[in-house]
Amino acid sequence: MGSPELANLYQQVILDHSKRKKGFGLAEGGAAESHQLNPTCGDEITLRLHLAADDTIERISWEGAGCSISMASASLLSELVPGLTRSEARERIALFRELMRSKGEGVEDDEPLGDAAALEGVSRYVARVKCAMLGWVAFEDTLSLSS
Amino acid sequence: MTIHDSSETPPAGTPTTGAPRADILGDEEALRLRGDFPALHQSVNGHPLVYLDSGATSQKPSVVLDAERRYLETTNAAVHRGAHSLAAAATELYEDARVTVADFVGARDDEIVWTSNATEGLNLIAYAFSNASAGRGGEAAERFRLGAGDEIVITEAEHHSNLVPWQELAFRTGATLRFVPVDDEGVITAEAAAAVIGERTRLVAFTHVSNVTGAISPVADLVRMAHAVGALVVLDACQSAPHLPLDLDALDVDFAVFSGHKMLAPTGIGALYGRRELLNTMPPFLTGGSMITTVTMEKSEYLPAPQRFEAGTQRVSQVIALAEAVRYLRAVGMDGIAAHERSLGERLLAGLADIRGVRVLGPLDADRRTGLAAIDVEGVHAHDVGQYLDDRGIAARVGHHCAQPLHRRLGVTASTRASTYLYNTTADVDAFLEGVAGVRSFFGEA
Ligand SMILES: Cc1ncc(COP(=O)(O)O)c(C=O)c1O
Repeated sequence: MGSPELANLYQQVILDHSKRKKGFGLAEGGAAESHQLNPTCGDEITLRLHLAADDTIERISWEGAGCSISMASASLLSELVPGLTRSEARERIALFRELMRSKGEGVEDDEPLGDAAALEGVSRYVARVKCAMLGWVAFEDTLSLSS
Repeated sequence: MTIHDSSETPPAGTPTTGAPRADILGDEEALRLRGDFPALHQSVNGHPLVYLDSGATSQKPSVVLDAERRYLETTNAAVHRGAHSLAAAATELYEDARVTVADFVGARDDEIVWTSNATEGLNLIAYAFSNASAGRGGEAAERFRLGAGDEIVITEAEHHSNLVPWQELAFRTGATLRFVPVDDEGVITAEAAAAVIGERTRLVAFTHVSNVTGAISPVADLVRMAHAVGALVVLDACQSAPHLPLDLDALDVDFAVFSGHKMLAPTGIGALYGRRELLNTMPPFLTGGSMITTVTMEKSEYLPAPQRFEAGTQRVSQVIALAEAVRYLRAVGMDGIAAHERSLGERLLAGLADIRGVRVLGPLDADRRTGLAAIDVEGVHAHDVGQYLDDRGIAARVGHHCAQPLHRRLGVTASTRASTYLYNTTADVDAFLEGVAGVRSFFGEA
Protein backbone atom coordinates (compact mmCIF):
# COMPACT_ATOMS: atom_id res chain seq x y z
CA MET A 1 0.00 0.00 0.00
CA GLY A 2 2.60 2.53 1.04
CA SER A 3 6.39 2.56 1.02
CA PRO A 4 8.37 1.22 4.00
CA GLU A 5 9.12 4.84 4.93
CA LEU A 6 5.42 5.63 5.04
CA ALA A 7 4.73 2.53 7.12
CA ASN A 8 7.49 3.63 9.47
CA LEU A 9 5.96 7.11 9.74
CA TYR A 10 2.49 5.81 10.44
CA GLN A 11 3.25 2.95 12.80
CA GLN A 12 0.29 1.18 14.33
CA VAL A 13 0.93 2.70 17.75
CA ILE A 14 0.69 6.15 16.18
CA LEU A 15 -2.52 5.40 14.31
CA ASP A 16 -3.98 3.91 17.51
CA HIS A 17 -3.12 6.98 19.55
CA SER A 18 -4.47 9.30 16.88
CA LYS A 19 -7.83 7.57 17.17
CA ARG A 20 -7.96 6.81 20.91
CA LYS A 21 -6.37 9.90 22.32
CA LYS A 22 -4.99 9.69 25.87
CA GLY A 23 -5.45 12.72 28.10
CA PHE A 24 -7.99 14.15 25.68
CA GLY A 25 -10.52 16.57 27.16
CA LEU A 26 -9.48 19.52 29.29
CA ALA A 27 -9.72 18.74 33.01
CA GLU A 28 -10.76 21.29 35.64
CA GLY A 29 -8.08 23.34 37.32
CA GLY A 30 -4.47 23.01 36.33
CA ALA A 31 -1.40 25.09 37.08
CA ALA A 32 -1.10 26.54 33.58
CA GLU A 33 -2.61 26.35 30.12
CA SER A 34 -1.13 26.87 26.68
CA HIS A 35 -2.70 27.15 23.25
CA GLN A 36 -0.57 26.34 20.21
CA LEU A 37 -1.47 26.72 16.55
CA ASN A 38 0.26 25.60 13.41
CA PRO A 39 -0.81 28.32 10.96
CA THR A 40 0.17 26.43 7.82
CA CYS A 41 -2.36 23.65 8.38
CA GLY A 42 -4.58 24.94 11.16
CA ASP A 43 -3.63 22.22 13.67
CA GLU A 44 -4.49 23.39 17.15
CA ILE A 45 -3.89 22.20 20.68
CA THR A 46 -4.87 23.57 24.08
CA LEU A 47 -3.04 21.84 26.90
CA ARG A 48 -3.27 22.09 30.69
CA LEU A 49 -0.64 21.09 33.20
CA HIS A 50 -1.82 19.49 36.43
CA LEU A 51 0.73 19.39 39.26
CA ALA A 52 0.84 17.19 42.35
CA ALA A 53 1.35 18.65 45.85
CA ASP A 54 5.12 17.99 45.62
CA ASP A 55 5.34 19.96 42.33
CA THR A 56 5.84 16.80 40.23
CA ILE A 57 3.63 16.35 37.21
CA GLU A 58 0.38 14.66 37.99
CA ARG A 59 -0.79 14.65 34.38
CA ILE A 60 -1.65 16.79 31.40
CA SER A 61 -5.05 17.20 29.79
CA TRP A 62 -5.60 18.61 26.34
CA GLU A 63 -7.90 19.07 23.44
CA GLY A 64 -7.42 20.05 19.85
CA ALA A 65 -7.80 19.09 16.25
CA GLY A 66 -5.27 18.21 13.64
CA CYS A 67 -3.47 15.54 11.70
CA SER A 68 -2.78 12.08 13.05
CA ILE A 69 0.82 12.97 13.87
CA SER A 70 -0.07 15.98 16.02
CA MET A 71 -2.87 14.11 17.78
CA ALA A 72 -0.86 10.93 18.38
CA SER A 73 2.10 12.92 19.62
CA ALA A 74 0.05 14.77 22.25
CA SER A 75 -1.56 11.50 23.26
CA LEU A 76 1.80 9.76 23.66
CA LEU A 77 3.05 12.73 25.65
CA SER A 78 0.08 12.37 28.01
CA GLU A 79 1.12 8.80 28.72
CA LEU A 80 4.73 9.71 29.30
CA VAL A 81 4.64 12.59 31.75
CA PRO A 82 2.71 11.53 34.88
CA GLY A 83 5.09 11.29 37.85
CA LEU A 84 7.97 13.18 36.25
CA THR A 85 9.70 16.06 38.00
CA ARG A 86 9.95 19.34 36.14
CA SER A 87 13.58 18.76 35.24
CA GLU A 88 12.89 15.23 34.04
CA ALA A 89 10.08 16.61 31.91
CA ARG A 90 12.39 19.20 30.38
CA GLU A 91 14.95 16.50 29.63
CA ARG A 92 12.29 14.47 27.84
CA ILE A 93 11.24 17.48 25.77
CA ALA A 94 14.86 18.20 24.81
CA LEU A 95 15.38 14.57 23.84
CA PHE A 96 12.19 14.48 21.79
CA ARG A 97 13.20 17.68 20.01
CA GLU A 98 16.59 16.15 19.24
CA LEU A 99 14.87 13.05 17.87
CA MET A 100 12.59 15.17 15.67
CA ARG A 101 15.56 17.09 14.31
CA SER A 102 17.58 13.96 13.60
CA LYS A 103 16.48 13.69 9.94
CA GLY A 104 15.80 9.98 10.25
CA GLU A 105 19.04 9.25 12.15
CA GLY A 106 17.41 8.79 15.56
CA VAL A 107 19.06 9.45 18.91
CA GLU A 108 21.46 7.28 20.87
CA ASP A 109 19.01 6.39 23.60
CA ASP A 110 15.32 6.96 23.03
CA GLU A 111 14.29 4.74 25.96
CA PRO A 112 13.25 7.75 28.16
CA LEU A 113 10.63 8.64 25.55
CA GLY A 114 8.72 5.39 25.94
CA ASP A 115 6.23 4.76 23.14
CA ALA A 116 6.70 8.33 21.89
CA ALA A 117 9.96 7.09 20.35
CA ALA A 118 7.73 5.56 17.67
CA LEU A 119 7.46 9.06 16.23
CA GLU A 120 11.06 8.82 15.04
CA GLY A 121 9.82 8.32 11.45
CA VAL A 122 8.51 11.88 11.49
CA SER A 123 12.06 13.22 11.54
CA ARG A 124 12.51 12.20 7.90
CA TYR A 125 9.72 14.57 6.89
CA VAL A 126 10.81 18.09 7.77
CA ALA A 127 7.35 19.50 7.00
CA ARG A 128 5.77 17.24 9.64
CA VAL A 129 8.14 17.92 12.54
CA LYS A 130 6.03 20.90 13.58
CA CYS A 131 2.99 18.64 13.78
CA ALA A 132 4.76 16.26 16.14
CA MET A 133 6.14 19.10 18.26
CA LEU A 134 2.83 20.92 18.73
CA GLY A 135 1.74 19.26 22.00
CA TRP A 136 5.29 19.21 23.34
CA VAL A 137 5.70 22.94 22.75
CA ALA A 138 2.43 23.53 24.57
CA PHE A 139 3.64 21.33 27.43
CA GLU A 140 6.97 23.17 27.58
CA ASP A 141 5.07 26.45 27.66
CA THR A 142 2.96 25.35 30.64
CA LEU A 143 6.11 24.34 32.52
CA SER A 144 7.50 27.85 32.06
CA LEU A 145 4.22 29.54 32.86
CA SER A 146 3.78 27.62 36.11
CA SER A 147 7.29 27.99 37.57
CA MET B 1 -14.57 27.79 -23.84
CA THR B 2 -15.04 31.38 -22.84
CA ILE B 3 -15.95 31.91 -19.25
CA HIS B 4 -18.38 34.54 -18.24
CA ASP B 5 -21.74 34.27 -16.63
CA SER B 6 -25.33 33.84 -17.48
CA SER B 7 -26.50 37.45 -17.46
CA GLU B 8 -27.16 39.43 -20.59
CA THR B 9 -23.88 41.34 -20.64
CA PRO B 10 -21.88 40.60 -23.80
CA PRO B 11 -19.67 37.56 -23.39
CA ALA B 12 -16.02 38.05 -22.61
CA GLY B 13 -14.18 37.35 -25.83
CA THR B 14 -10.97 35.61 -26.64
CA PRO B 15 -7.78 37.66 -26.84
CA THR B 16 -7.98 40.41 -29.41
CA THR B 17 -5.07 39.47 -31.63
CA GLY B 18 -3.28 36.32 -32.63
CA ALA B 19 -5.09 33.22 -33.70
CA PRO B 20 -5.92 31.12 -30.65
CA ARG B 21 -6.62 27.54 -31.60
CA ALA B 22 -10.08 26.44 -30.70
CA ASP B 23 -9.55 22.69 -30.65
CA ILE B 24 -9.48 20.88 -27.33
CA LEU B 25 -6.06 19.71 -26.46
CA GLY B 26 -6.17 16.12 -25.43
CA ASP B 27 -3.88 13.75 -23.58
CA GLU B 28 -1.59 13.30 -26.54
CA GLU B 29 -1.02 17.01 -26.94
CA ALA B 30 -0.67 17.48 -23.16
CA LEU B 31 1.98 14.76 -23.10
CA ARG B 32 3.82 16.44 -25.95
CA LEU B 33 3.71 19.77 -24.10
CA ARG B 34 5.01 18.07 -21.00
CA GLY B 35 8.25 17.56 -22.87
CA ASP B 36 8.74 21.33 -22.61
CA PHE B 37 8.71 21.29 -18.80
CA PRO B 38 11.97 20.00 -17.31
CA ALA B 39 10.67 19.88 -13.73
CA LEU B 40 7.96 17.41 -14.67
CA HIS B 41 10.50 14.76 -15.63
CA GLN B 42 11.61 13.42 -12.32
CA SER B 43 10.85 10.74 -9.79
CA VAL B 44 9.53 11.53 -6.35
CA ASN B 45 9.71 8.83 -3.69
CA GLY B 46 10.39 6.25 -6.35
CA HIS B 47 7.41 7.20 -8.54
CA PRO B 48 7.21 9.42 -11.60
CA LEU B 49 6.09 12.85 -10.42
CA VAL B 50 2.38 13.55 -10.82
CA TYR B 51 2.18 17.30 -10.45
CA LEU B 52 -1.30 18.42 -9.43
CA ASP B 53 -0.48 21.65 -7.64
CA SER B 54 -0.52 24.21 -10.43
CA GLY B 55 -3.17 26.14 -8.56
CA ALA B 56 -0.45 27.02 -6.08
CA THR B 57 2.27 27.50 -8.67
CA SER B 58 2.83 26.18 -12.17
CA GLN B 59 5.92 24.57 -13.63
CA LYS B 60 7.88 26.50 -16.28
CA PRO B 61 8.64 25.52 -19.86
CA SER B 62 12.23 25.72 -21.13
CA VAL B 63 11.42 28.57 -23.50
CA VAL B 64 10.47 30.75 -20.53
CA LEU B 65 13.60 29.85 -18.57
CA ASP B 66 15.68 30.40 -21.71
CA ALA B 67 14.11 33.78 -22.38
CA GLU B 68 15.00 34.98 -18.92
CA ARG B 69 18.55 33.69 -19.19
CA ARG B 70 19.01 35.08 -22.69
CA TYR B 71 17.91 38.51 -21.56
CA LEU B 72 20.33 38.43 -18.65
CA GLU B 73 23.18 37.24 -20.84
CA THR B 74 22.67 39.63 -23.72
CA THR B 75 20.68 42.69 -22.76
CA ASN B 76 20.58 43.18 -19.00
CA ALA B 77 20.27 46.87 -18.09
CA ALA B 78 18.12 49.16 -15.99
CA VAL B 79 14.97 50.24 -17.82
CA HIS B 80 13.74 53.82 -18.25
CA ARG B 81 17.11 55.03 -16.99
CA GLY B 82 20.09 56.03 -19.09
CA ALA B 83 20.51 56.13 -22.84
CA HIS B 84 23.13 53.52 -23.68
CA SER B 85 22.29 50.80 -26.16
CA LEU B 86 21.65 48.03 -23.66
CA ALA B 87 19.38 50.28 -21.60
CA ALA B 88 17.41 51.16 -24.71
CA ALA B 89 17.10 47.52 -25.76
CA ALA B 90 16.06 46.46 -22.25
CA THR B 91 13.46 49.21 -22.09
CA GLU B 92 12.06 48.15 -25.43
CA LEU B 93 11.76 44.50 -24.37
CA TYR B 94 10.22 45.56 -21.07
CA GLU B 95 7.58 47.69 -22.75
CA ASP B 96 6.93 45.14 -25.51
CA ALA B 97 6.24 42.62 -22.78
CA ARG B 98 3.62 44.96 -21.38
CA VAL B 99 1.88 45.03 -24.76
CA THR B 100 1.98 41.22 -24.98
CA VAL B 101 0.54 40.69 -21.52
CA ALA B 102 -2.04 43.47 -21.88
CA ASP B 103 -3.23 41.95 -25.11
CA PHE B 104 -3.49 38.53 -23.50
CA VAL B 105 -5.95 39.76 -20.86
CA GLY B 106 -7.90 42.19 -23.02
CA ALA B 107 -6.29 45.39 -21.78
CA ARG B 108 -4.26 48.30 -23.23
CA ASP B 109 -0.60 48.44 -22.39
CA ASP B 110 -0.83 51.57 -20.21
CA GLU B 111 -3.42 49.77 -18.10
CA ILE B 112 -0.96 47.13 -16.95
CA VAL B 113 1.28 47.81 -13.93
CA TRP B 114 3.98 45.31 -13.02
CA THR B 115 3.91 44.03 -9.46
CA SER B 116 5.69 41.21 -7.63
CA ASN B 117 2.52 39.15 -7.49
CA ALA B 118 -1.23 39.47 -7.12
CA THR B 119 -0.90 40.16 -3.42
CA GLU B 120 1.21 43.24 -4.09
CA GLY B 121 -1.30 44.39 -6.71
CA LEU B 122 -4.15 44.19 -4.21
CA ASN B 123 -2.12 46.02 -1.60
CA LEU B 124 -1.25 48.66 -4.18
CA ILE B 125 -4.94 49.38 -4.71
CA ALA B 126 -5.68 49.33 -0.99
CA TYR B 127 -2.84 51.73 -0.20
CA ALA B 128 -3.77 54.01 -3.08
CA PHE B 129 -7.26 54.28 -1.56
CA SER B 130 -5.67 54.84 1.81
CA ASN B 131 -3.41 57.58 0.53
CA ALA B 132 -6.33 59.24 -1.21
CA SER B 133 -8.30 59.02 2.04
CA ALA B 134 -5.44 60.80 3.79
CA GLY B 135 -5.90 63.64 1.29
CA ARG B 136 -3.33 62.75 -1.35
CA GLY B 137 -4.10 63.04 -5.06
CA GLY B 138 -6.14 66.24 -4.88
CA GLU B 139 -9.61 66.59 -6.28
CA ALA B 140 -8.99 64.03 -9.01
CA ALA B 141 -8.63 61.33 -6.36
CA GLU B 142 -12.02 62.02 -4.80
CA ARG B 143 -13.50 58.69 -5.85
CA PHE B 144 -10.80 56.78 -3.98
CA ARG B 145 -11.51 58.52 -0.68
CA LEU B 146 -13.06 56.37 2.03
CA GLY B 147 -14.33 57.23 5.47
CA ALA B 148 -16.92 56.36 8.09
CA GLY B 149 -20.17 55.28 6.46
CA ASP B 150 -18.49 53.96 3.31
CA GLU B 151 -18.52 50.25 2.69
CA ILE B 152 -15.99 47.89 1.13
CA VAL B 153 -17.60 44.65 -0.02
CA ILE B 154 -15.73 41.37 -0.41
CA THR B 155 -16.93 37.75 -0.33
CA GLU B 156 -16.59 34.78 1.96
CA ALA B 157 -14.80 32.85 -0.78
CA GLU B 158 -11.72 35.07 -0.94
CA HIS B 159 -8.09 34.10 -0.73
CA HIS B 160 -6.50 35.87 2.25
CA SER B 161 -4.70 38.13 -0.25
CA ASN B 162 -8.04 39.56 -1.32
CA LEU B 163 -9.30 39.83 2.23
CA VAL B 164 -6.64 41.00 4.68
CA PRO B 165 -5.64 44.13 2.66
CA TRP B 166 -9.30 45.24 2.73
CA GLN B 167 -9.59 44.61 6.46
CA GLU B 168 -6.55 46.81 6.94
CA LEU B 169 -7.91 49.47 4.59
CA ALA B 170 -11.15 49.54 6.57
CA PHE B 171 -9.23 49.93 9.84
CA ARG B 172 -7.14 52.78 8.42
CA THR B 173 -10.00 54.73 6.88
CA GLY B 174 -12.93 54.03 9.19
CA ALA B 175 -14.88 52.44 6.34
CA THR B 176 -16.92 49.30 7.06
CA LEU B 177 -15.91 45.95 5.59
CA ARG B 178 -18.86 43.77 4.60
CA PHE B 179 -18.91 40.40 2.93
CA VAL B 180 -21.16 38.48 0.59
CA PRO B 181 -21.85 35.11 2.22
CA VAL B 182 -21.39 32.07 0.00
CA ASP B 183 -24.13 29.46 -0.37
CA ASP B 184 -23.94 25.92 1.01
CA GLU B 185 -21.79 24.86 -1.93
CA GLY B 186 -19.35 27.65 -1.19
CA VAL B 187 -20.49 29.61 -4.24
CA ILE B 188 -20.84 33.37 -4.62
CA THR B 189 -24.35 34.08 -5.94
CA ALA B 190 -25.86 37.19 -7.46
CA GLU B 191 -28.74 36.99 -4.95
CA ALA B 192 -26.41 37.08 -1.96
CA ALA B 193 -24.42 39.92 -3.52
CA ALA B 194 -27.59 41.92 -4.15
CA ALA B 195 -28.37 41.79 -0.44
CA VAL B 196 -25.01 43.33 0.48
CA ILE B 197 -24.10 45.75 -2.32
CA GLY B 198 -25.93 49.02 -1.77
CA GLU B 199 -25.83 52.80 -1.71
CA ARG B 200 -22.89 52.93 0.69
CA THR B 201 -20.76 50.47 -1.28
CA ARG B 202 -17.63 52.12 -2.70
CA LEU B 203 -15.57 49.10 -3.65
CA VAL B 204 -16.40 45.47 -4.48
CA ALA B 205 -13.53 42.97 -4.54
CA PHE B 206 -14.03 39.32 -5.42
CA THR B 207 -12.39 36.36 -7.06
CA HIS B 208 -13.08 35.32 -10.65
CA VAL B 209 -12.46 31.65 -9.84
CA SER B 210 -12.17 30.21 -6.33
CA ASN B 211 -8.83 28.59 -5.58
CA VAL B 212 -10.62 26.13 -3.28
CA THR B 213 -13.75 25.09 -5.15
CA GLY B 214 -12.83 26.16 -8.68
CA ALA B 215 -16.27 27.81 -8.82
CA ILE B 216 -16.60 30.54 -11.41
CA SER B 217 -18.12 33.74 -10.06
CA PRO B 218 -21.06 35.59 -11.68
CA VAL B 219 -18.77 38.45 -12.68
CA ALA B 220 -21.18 40.39 -14.89
CA ASP B 221 -23.90 40.38 -12.24
CA LEU B 222 -21.58 41.68 -9.55
CA VAL B 223 -20.07 44.27 -11.88
CA ARG B 224 -23.51 45.53 -12.83
CA MET B 225 -24.62 45.82 -9.20
CA ALA B 226 -21.42 47.57 -8.19
CA HIS B 227 -21.50 50.02 -11.06
CA ALA B 228 -25.17 50.75 -10.49
CA VAL B 229 -24.26 52.24 -7.10
CA GLY B 230 -21.08 53.88 -8.35
CA ALA B 231 -18.71 51.41 -6.71
CA LEU B 232 -15.42 50.27 -8.24
CA VAL B 233 -14.75 46.58 -8.94
CA VAL B 234 -11.55 44.68 -8.17
CA LEU B 235 -11.30 41.23 -9.74
CA ASP B 236 -8.87 38.63 -8.42
CA ALA B 237 -7.93 36.86 -11.66
CA CYS B 238 -5.23 34.62 -10.14
CA GLN B 239 -7.10 31.42 -10.96
CA SER B 240 -8.63 32.60 -14.23
CA ALA B 241 -5.82 34.31 -16.16
CA PRO B 242 -3.74 31.07 -16.32
CA HIS B 243 -6.64 28.79 -17.20
CA LEU B 244 -9.36 30.57 -19.16
CA PRO B 245 -9.53 33.03 -22.03
CA LEU B 246 -9.73 36.37 -20.26
CA ASP B 247 -11.01 39.69 -21.55
CA LEU B 248 -10.91 42.25 -18.76
CA ASP B 249 -12.26 44.99 -20.97
CA ALA B 250 -15.33 42.92 -21.84
CA LEU B 251 -15.81 41.93 -18.21
CA ASP B 252 -15.90 45.66 -17.47
CA VAL B 253 -14.04 45.43 -14.17
CA ASP B 254 -12.15 48.48 -12.91
CA PHE B 255 -9.14 46.66 -11.51
CA ALA B 256 -7.78 43.12 -11.73
CA VAL B 257 -4.71 41.28 -10.48
CA PHE B 258 -2.89 38.07 -11.39
CA SER B 259 0.42 36.35 -10.67
CA GLY B 260 2.93 35.21 -13.28
CA HIS B 261 4.12 32.17 -11.36
CA LYS B 262 0.74 30.50 -11.74
CA MET B 263 0.89 30.91 -15.53
CA LEU B 264 4.23 29.39 -16.50
CA ALA B 265 6.37 32.42 -15.54
CA PRO B 266 8.83 32.72 -12.67
CA THR B 267 8.00 34.03 -9.22
CA GLY B 268 8.46 37.72 -8.52
CA ILE B 269 6.26 39.00 -11.31
CA GLY B 270 2.56 39.76 -11.46
CA ALA B 271 0.34 42.46 -12.85
CA LEU B 272 -2.27 44.93 -11.82
CA TYR B 273 -4.82 45.97 -14.41
CA GLY B 274 -6.60 49.27 -13.92
CA ARG B 275 -8.76 51.30 -16.22
CA ARG B 276 -6.61 54.09 -17.66
CA GLU B 277 -8.57 57.00 -16.19
CA LEU B 278 -8.49 55.40 -12.76
CA LEU B 279 -4.77 54.64 -12.78
CA ASN B 280 -3.99 58.18 -13.87
CA THR B 281 -5.91 59.76 -10.99
CA MET B 282 -5.01 57.31 -8.26
CA PRO B 283 -2.25 58.36 -5.84
CA PRO B 284 0.83 56.11 -5.90
CA PHE B 285 1.58 53.41 -3.34
CA LEU B 286 5.35 52.86 -3.49
CA THR B 287 7.25 56.05 -4.23
CA GLY B 288 10.84 56.83 -5.18
CA GLY B 289 12.94 56.70 -8.30
CA SER B 290 11.55 56.21 -11.82
CA MET B 291 8.00 57.25 -11.03
CA ILE B 292 8.44 61.05 -10.95
CA THR B 293 8.65 63.98 -13.37
CA THR B 294 10.01 66.77 -11.16
CA VAL B 295 11.42 66.47 -7.65
CA THR B 296 12.30 69.40 -5.40
CA MET B 297 13.26 69.24 -1.75
CA GLU B 298 9.65 70.01 -0.86
CA LYS B 299 7.52 67.96 -3.18
CA SER B 300 7.31 65.85 -6.33
CA GLU B 301 5.22 65.44 -9.45
CA TYR B 302 4.40 61.97 -10.68
CA LEU B 303 4.47 60.32 -14.08
CA PRO B 304 1.26 59.01 -15.59
CA ALA B 305 0.38 55.33 -15.23
CA PRO B 306 1.83 52.77 -15.41
CA GLN B 307 5.19 54.34 -14.45
CA ARG B 308 3.76 56.15 -11.47
CA PHE B 309 3.21 52.77 -9.83
CA GLU B 310 6.60 51.29 -10.73
CA ALA B 311 8.98 52.89 -8.28
CA GLY B 312 12.55 51.69 -8.06
CA THR B 313 14.61 49.41 -10.28
CA GLN B 314 12.24 46.96 -11.92
CA ARG B 315 12.21 43.16 -12.21
CA VAL B 316 12.99 43.18 -15.89
CA SER B 317 14.04 39.59 -16.48
CA GLN B 318 10.85 38.29 -14.88
CA VAL B 319 8.78 40.62 -17.05
CA ILE B 320 10.51 39.27 -20.16
CA ALA B 321 9.86 35.73 -18.94
CA LEU B 322 6.18 36.44 -18.29
CA ALA B 323 5.77 37.73 -21.85
CA GLU B 324 7.36 34.52 -23.12
CA ALA B 325 4.99 32.48 -20.95
CA VAL B 326 2.04 34.35 -22.40
CA ARG B 327 3.29 33.68 -25.93
CA TYR B 328 3.55 29.99 -25.04
CA LEU B 329 0.01 29.89 -23.64
CA ARG B 330 -1.26 31.70 -26.72
CA ALA B 331 0.46 29.35 -29.10
CA VAL B 332 -1.20 26.41 -27.35
CA GLY B 333 -4.48 28.32 -27.23
CA MET B 334 -6.44 29.32 -24.16
CA ASP B 335 -9.67 27.83 -25.47
CA GLY B 336 -8.00 24.47 -25.87
CA ILE B 337 -6.40 24.70 -22.44
CA ALA B 338 -9.70 25.60 -20.79
CA ALA B 339 -11.51 22.76 -22.54
CA HIS B 340 -8.77 20.28 -21.62
CA GLU B 341 -8.84 21.27 -17.95
CA ARG B 342 -12.60 21.15 -17.94
CA SER B 343 -12.54 17.57 -19.13
CA LEU B 344 -9.89 16.67 -16.55
CA GLY B 345 -12.04 18.39 -13.92
CA GLU B 346 -15.05 16.40 -15.00
CA ARG B 347 -13.12 13.14 -14.70
CA LEU B 348 -11.87 14.23 -11.29
CA LEU B 349 -15.39 14.98 -10.04
CA ALA B 350 -16.84 11.77 -11.43
CA GLY B 351 -14.03 9.67 -9.96
CA LEU B 352 -14.20 11.30 -6.55
CA ALA B 353 -17.97 10.81 -6.40
CA ASP B 354 -17.31 7.06 -6.55
CA ILE B 355 -14.96 6.97 -3.56
CA ARG B 356 -16.62 6.35 -0.21
CA GLY B 357 -15.99 8.87 2.54
CA VAL B 358 -14.78 11.57 0.18
CA ARG B 359 -16.54 14.90 -0.07
CA VAL B 360 -15.76 17.36 -2.83
CA LEU B 361 -15.90 21.00 -1.73
CA GLY B 362 -17.88 23.27 -3.99
CA PRO B 363 -20.42 22.72 -6.76
CA LEU B 364 -20.51 19.20 -8.20
CA ASP B 365 -21.31 20.37 -11.70
CA ALA B 366 -18.21 20.56 -13.93
CA ASP B 367 -19.77 23.36 -15.98
CA ARG B 368 -19.59 25.71 -13.05
CA ARG B 369 -15.93 25.20 -12.20
CA THR B 370 -12.40 24.92 -13.49
CA GLY B 371 -10.21 21.82 -13.48
CA LEU B 372 -9.42 21.58 -9.80
CA ALA B 373 -11.01 19.83 -6.84
CA ALA B 374 -10.49 20.13 -3.11
CA ILE B 375 -11.70 17.25 -0.98
CA ASP B 376 -12.35 16.30 2.60
CA VAL B 377 -11.64 12.68 3.45
CA GLU B 378 -13.77 11.44 6.32
CA GLY B 379 -11.70 10.55 9.34
CA VAL B 380 -8.35 11.46 7.80
CA HIS B 381 -6.74 14.87 8.15
CA ALA B 382 -5.66 16.59 4.92
CA HIS B 383 -2.03 16.54 6.03
CA ASP B 384 -2.12 12.78 6.27
CA VAL B 385 -3.88 12.50 2.91
CA GLY B 386 -1.17 14.65 1.35
CA GLN B 387 1.57 12.56 2.94
CA TYR B 388 0.04 9.37 1.59
CA LEU B 389 -0.23 10.87 -1.90
CA ASP B 390 3.31 12.26 -1.78
CA ASP B 391 4.55 8.76 -0.98
CA ARG B 392 3.17 7.80 -4.40
CA GLY B 393 4.82 10.76 -6.12
CA ILE B 394 1.61 12.79 -6.27
CA ALA B 395 1.99 16.51 -5.50
CA ALA B 396 -1.30 17.91 -4.19
CA ARG B 397 -1.89 20.86 -1.92
CA VAL B 398 -3.07 20.35 1.65
CA GLY B 399 -4.22 22.88 4.21
CA HIS B 400 -6.60 25.80 4.06
CA HIS B 401 -5.13 27.15 0.79
CA CYS B 402 -5.11 30.67 2.28
CA ALA B 403 -8.90 30.62 2.50
CA GLN B 404 -9.76 30.00 6.14
CA PRO B 405 -13.20 31.65 6.12
CA LEU B 406 -14.38 29.56 3.16
CA HIS B 407 -13.14 26.35 4.77
CA ARG B 408 -14.84 27.29 8.02
CA ARG B 409 -18.08 27.96 6.13
CA LEU B 410 -17.83 24.54 4.48
CA GLY B 411 -17.29 22.95 7.88
CA VAL B 412 -13.66 21.86 7.53
CA THR B 413 -10.35 23.30 8.68
CA ALA B 414 -8.28 21.88 5.85
CA SER B 415 -8.66 20.06 2.55
CA THR B 416 -6.61 18.28 -0.10
CA ARG B 417 -6.59 19.94 -3.51
CA ALA B 418 -5.66 18.58 -6.92
CA SER B 419 -5.35 21.28 -9.56
CA THR B 420 -4.67 20.62 -13.23
CA TYR B 421 -3.01 22.54 -16.02
CA LEU B 422 -2.17 22.14 -19.68
CA TYR B 423 0.51 19.51 -19.03
CA ASN B 424 -1.72 17.16 -17.02
CA THR B 425 -3.37 14.10 -18.50
CA THR B 426 -6.18 11.75 -17.58
CA ALA B 427 -3.46 9.41 -16.29
CA ASP B 428 -2.51 12.07 -13.70
CA VAL B 429 -6.13 12.38 -12.62
CA ASP B 430 -6.44 8.59 -12.42
CA ALA B 431 -3.28 8.38 -10.30
CA PHE B 432 -4.79 10.90 -7.91
CA LEU B 433 -8.10 9.01 -7.79
CA GLU B 434 -6.36 5.72 -7.16
CA GLY B 435 -4.31 7.33 -4.41
CA VAL B 436 -7.34 8.89 -2.74
CA ALA B 437 -9.19 5.58 -2.95
CA GLY B 438 -6.49 3.96 -0.81
CA VAL B 439 -6.29 6.62 1.88
CA ARG B 440 -9.02 5.58 4.27
CA SER B 441 -8.04 1.96 4.47
CA PHE B 442 -4.39 2.89 5.02
CA PHE B 443 -5.40 5.03 8.00
CA GLY B 444 -7.74 2.35 9.34
CA GLU B 445 -10.93 4.19 8.49
CA ALA B 446 -12.52 1.68 6.15
C1 LIG C 1 -7.44 33.21 -5.85
C2 LIG C 1 -6.08 33.67 -5.44
N1 LIG C 1 -5.91 34.93 -5.06
C3 LIG C 1 -4.70 35.41 -4.69
C4 LIG C 1 -3.59 34.59 -4.66
C5 LIG C 1 -2.29 35.18 -4.23
O1 LIG C 1 -1.32 35.10 -5.21
P1 LIG C 1 0.18 35.45 -4.87
O2 LIG C 1 0.53 34.70 -3.65
O3 LIG C 1 0.94 35.01 -6.05
O4 LIG C 1 0.23 36.92 -4.64
C6 LIG C 1 -3.74 33.24 -5.03
C7 LIG C 1 -2.61 32.30 -5.02
O5 LIG C 1 -2.11 31.84 -4.05
C8 LIG C 1 -5.01 32.78 -5.42
O6 LIG C 1 -5.20 31.50 -5.78
